Amino acid sequence: MTSRFSGWSLLLGGLSGQRRWREQWRAAAPKRGYDAIIVGGGGHGLGAAYYLAKQHGIRDVAVLEKGWIGGGNTGRNTTIIRSNYLFAESSALYDHAIRLWETLSQELNYNVMYSPRGVLMLAHNVHDVQVAQRHIHANHANGVDNEWLSPRQAQEFCPPLNISGSLRYPVLGGALQRRGGTARHDAVAWGYARAASALGVDIIENCEVTGLQRDANGAICGVATTRGTIECGRVGVSAAGHSSVVLQMADVRLPLESFPLQALVSEPVKPIMPCVVMSNTIHAYVSQSDKGELVIGASTDAYTSYTQRGALHVNLHTLEAICELFPAFRRLRMLRNWGGIVDVTPDRSPIIAKTPVPGLYVNCGWGTGGFKATPGAGHLLAWTMAHDAPHTLNAAFTIERFRDGTLIDEAAAAAVNH
Amino acid sequence: MLVIPCPYCGPRPELEFSYGGQAHVLRPAAATNPDPAGWNAFQYERANTRGLHAERWRHVHGCARFFNVIRDTTTDEVLRSYRSGEK
Ligand SMILES: Cc1cc2nc3c(=O)[nH]c(=O)nc-3n(C[C@H](O)[C@H](O)[C@H](O)COP(=O)(O)OP(=O)(O)OC[C@H]3O[C@@H](n4cnc5c(N)ncnc54)[C@H](O)[C@@H]3O)c2cc1C
Ligand SMILES: [Zn+2]
Repeated sequence: MTSRFSGWSLLLGGLSGQRRWREQWRAAAPKRGYDAIIVGGGGHGLGAAYYLAKQHGIRDVAVLEKGWIGGGNTGRNTTIIRSNYLFAESSALYDHAIRLWETLSQELNYNVMYSPRGVLMLAHNVHDVQVAQRHIHANHANGVDNEWLSPRQAQEFCPPLNISGSLRYPVLGGALQRRGGTARHDAVAWGYARAASALGVDIIENCEVTGLQRDANGAICGVATTRGTIECGRVGVSAAGHSSVVLQMADVRLPLESFPLQALVSEPVKPIMPCVVMSNTIHAYVSQSDKGELVIGASTDAYTSYTQRGALHVNLHTLEAICELFPAFRRLRMLRNWGGIVDVTPDRSPIIAKTPVPGLYVNCGWGTGGFKATPGAGHLLAWTMAHDAPHTLNAAFTIERFRDGTLIDEAAAAAVNH
Repeated sequence: MLVIPCPYCGPRPELEFSYGGQAHVLRPAAATNPDPAGWNAFQYERANTRGLHAERWRHVHGCARFFNVIRDTTTDEVLRSYRSGEK
């Protein structure tokens, strides 16, 4: 059993040379069958397993992860959290997640380092200003905080920002969501894994799902994996960039395409960047991690791919924008870059829903922006699986909305143009 | 960056091209087939292939023509290209 973290346990751990820490979750081997299986051990899937056990009393659960938990987009993203989306359905969905973030460290007894340091989204032309104002008004109507800052106020909030009028795309102001911020990506996966494992959930790594098995009525009755067949009548797929690959195993076609998305970090420096800054028009987003690295997100590549790497020119493009906005960063060296595979829907909104196959559920389509939703997505996938029906918060996020024309078109609200 | 063999101009860097998505997606005949499932498939459903993928590219900063490419989406290796209407 893992012990609870407290001030005392950390102190004792320090005094004993940090040698007494135990494994934080059980490394489980697959059983013959489970009440529920989650495919994909990212934050979303681990969160879903935790909420199934914690809120719905469904503890006979396995999370199947083909690599190591958190090794997908959860461990590769730039961790920006915000909820200032345009439409009522989306702002309710993302704000639900922010409310869970606010108490997540206490809930899990694990420090996920949620830091609401503010997300500032810049405007560089008349169109940007109008779009930002429209978002601010829509957000207020939906009870979500978002406020307009003049260029001078923006610079007061973020001192390294260049607001000189001589920029090719000068800063005309920005929309600030103060409750937005960042969290520690790995800690989110580990915290959910630890808490779920303590409730009886089996976390099974190096276990790739290779088939979805159906009974005579077409309902799900198990999964084939690289570690053998496992019986199960209820399967939730939360495989991010690979969700369409997994669902095709049950002949479910999804409106998804998978693209590489890259990020990079600089060498670590002392605190210089107090908040998150994003710019859609010139494509830049940057924050500073607690280790001191500047964390920079690039664009998606133009083409679909599963390679978890992208082209260098994509990174160069974003660095040009960063150097213009933050002249002080020009001398920093970049330390590492990497890519993840993101699953993008045509309306840039996620799918958290039942599928046409009884017993098969899906949480996908979060594309370039699902880290911020991790607690909410996990909570809602668990709810949908436990009730065999969606929660009111995810009722609109169906697969059928594309057929029915009820899109939730957040393309313009993605904050950066990918 | 990919090197893409334009069937008209030869191999050129990816920056000269724009991506046109999955190739050979057939548009349902509107007058005869108003079936919503068919339109949904045409508009939104894509194979999202993990493996050999037939896709359209356009040589926007060159001959400006559309053509097709076979690329392995697990390695990004471009295997070959062919003109529209060919196989
Ligand atoms: C570079 C980059 C920057 C990003 N920046 C942000 C950001 O700033 N803010 C934000 O909100 N979002 C951001 N995102 C998006 C965010 O990372 C994702 O939306 C989110 O992490 C998805 O969570 P997940 O748990 O579904 O995915 P993942 O962590 O990818 O989990 C899915 C898991 O499924 C596993 N899997 C796949 N196939 C199988 C199989 N057949 N069997 C078993 N397991 C399988 C994978 O190995 C993976 O571990 C970014 C993404 C990238 C790549
Ligand atoms: Zn050409």
